Amino acid sequence: MQTLSIICPNGHLGFAPIRTESFRLGVQRRPHYIAADSGSDDVGPGPLGSDTSTSPLAWQTHDLEQMLLASRAIGVPMIIGSSGDTGTNSRVDLYCRIIRELAAKHRLAPFRLGWFYSEVPKALIRERMRSEPVAGLDGRDALTEAELDATERVVAMADVHPFIELLRQGADVIIGGRSSDSAVFAAPAIHHGFPPAQAYYLGKVLECASFCAEPYGGKETVLGEVTADEVRVTAMSPAQRCTVASVAGHAMYERASPYHEFVASGMLDMAQCRYEQVAEKTTRITGARFVPGDAFRVKLEGSGKLGERYVGMVAIRDPYTIAHVDAVIAWARQQVQARFGTEGYELHYTVYGRNGVMGDLEPLKDRPAHELCILVQAVAPTAEMAEELCLTGSRQMFYARLPDVKGSAGGVAFALDEVLRASAAYHWTVNHTMRCTHPLELFPTFVQTVGGDA
Amino acid sequence: MSSRPLSQLAKTVRSKNAGVDLITFDVIFADAATYERVKRSGVLDRAAVARLYGIPDARISDHAVFDPALAIKFTIRRLRPSGSPGDADIFGAQQYAPLLGVLVPDD
Repeated sequence: MQTLSIICPNGHLGFAPIRTESFRLGVQRRPHYIAADSGSDDVGPGPLGSDTSTSPLAWQTHDLEQMLLASRAIGVPMIIGSSGDTGTNSRVDLYCRIIRELAAKHRLAPFRLGWFYSEVPKALIRERMRSEPVAGLDGRDALTEAELDATERVVAMADVHPFIELLRQGADVIIGGRSSDSAVFAAPAIHHGFPPAQAYYLGKVLECASFCAEPYGGKETVLGEVTADEVRVTAMSPAQRCTVASVAGHAMYERASPYHEFVASGMLDMAQCRYEQVAEKTTRITGARFVPGDAFRVKLEGSGKLGERYVGMVAIRDPYTIAHVDAVIAWARQQVQARFGTEGYELHYTVYGRNGVMGDLEPLKDRPAHELCILVQAVAPTAEMAEELCLTGSRQMFYARLPDVKGSAGGVAFALDEVLRASAAYHWTVNHTMRCTHPLELFPTFVQTVGGDA
Repeated sequence: MSSRPLSQLAKTVRSKNAGVDLITFDVIFADAATYERVKRSGVLDRAAVARLYGIPDARISDHAVFDPALAIKFTIRRLRPSGSPGDADIFGAQQYAPLLGVLVPDD
């Protein structure tokens, strides 16, 4: 095989539906694979911690149906990574169930469904960290047992290996647990003998689908082609092109460095990449390098529960009160402390109209607007406590005692004189890497025949 | 000497999570001349962005120019991970606004 081609219809399958027109055009090009990533840590720690999806089942099913029917129609494999936003075991099981139901619904001829899991038992991590540190990423210290104790669930980021293992076993449809975005596409390329440098670059450029094209427009299909020494990427949407600027611009998207992309087995080095416009909608990339790592270090993501959460909304229009909003908040905090003490809960005030969006990074925080809206968030071990905490922290702003306030009938405006239950609060407890003895160690694979009379 | 804001000079100014602990900023230009001019001016160098956001140098984890994309890029450490209670920008997608008004002197 001289050239391998893969289409990607969605950079985060399920998060918003595939645009079907450009997908159809992509399928008409007869790619060798149809693949998409379905996860992101951008959705926050809640879905991983509570083992839920942020994407609705209807959109997940829509996209899987499009991809499954196309891949079975043209007889090529379909690959999904990081199933159901988080790539936990329950999300893999959910996607496998959707695939089986779609196979039955459309009376598809038998095919081989392969899947792998990415969740890591806390006990395994605990044992490992006693002999060797689980190293922190992005400035974090090594993982502590206390942080692990406070963690609800951990997933490991798979590299190409479980995908390749399932391709070897003849899987026609692969439903992956948590995995590096680029691995979803690099795996088939490496499986067919293409060099890792080109394979991982192919993955890097395809993982967000049409985010590597311009003008801006998500959920459109792009086509990637890889050879022994280059990658080409082509926009399938009639309205989009892959240009030098859009492809190079995407190489640095949502990564700290524009030159380096890390996976468990090593690093994709893009520092010497050359980008050329070779056709109206196609850009060619050469010069990618892959540097294997000294050890196989798997990234771990873990989320821990902080408590139940209520939110309240409070608004201010009096200019004197706006100028003293911090004193109003301090008053309300004091009332909360009088009732609940200073520990065992969290109480957050986000002051929109001053520095709500940017917090400490806001350069204009000394120039509040003429009206403010304050979001009050209370997190506590029980819903009852969170509710009372939030109600106290919100309503006491009404009674704040400022020395020179003219209004004496209440210092704030309520659109709702109530507090609302929000999703439970979680936080990212694990953003670390752990050394593994074997690339498949954390990622058990399974294959089953689906469809027909199976 | 006259000057123009980045909002008139850059094609793209954006911010976005780079993992759960970092927010990365991209300023991308449509032509090499403008890109080189902004690069030369120093208005987006490491010390300048630290001043703009009012943060110590240690909170800037990366700062780079990226010629293939005509881009200047830097990355800031979050004080708490994305999506923790109290974080008001889970995707880190609205942190670029102060860059729009950065003035670049004309040559």
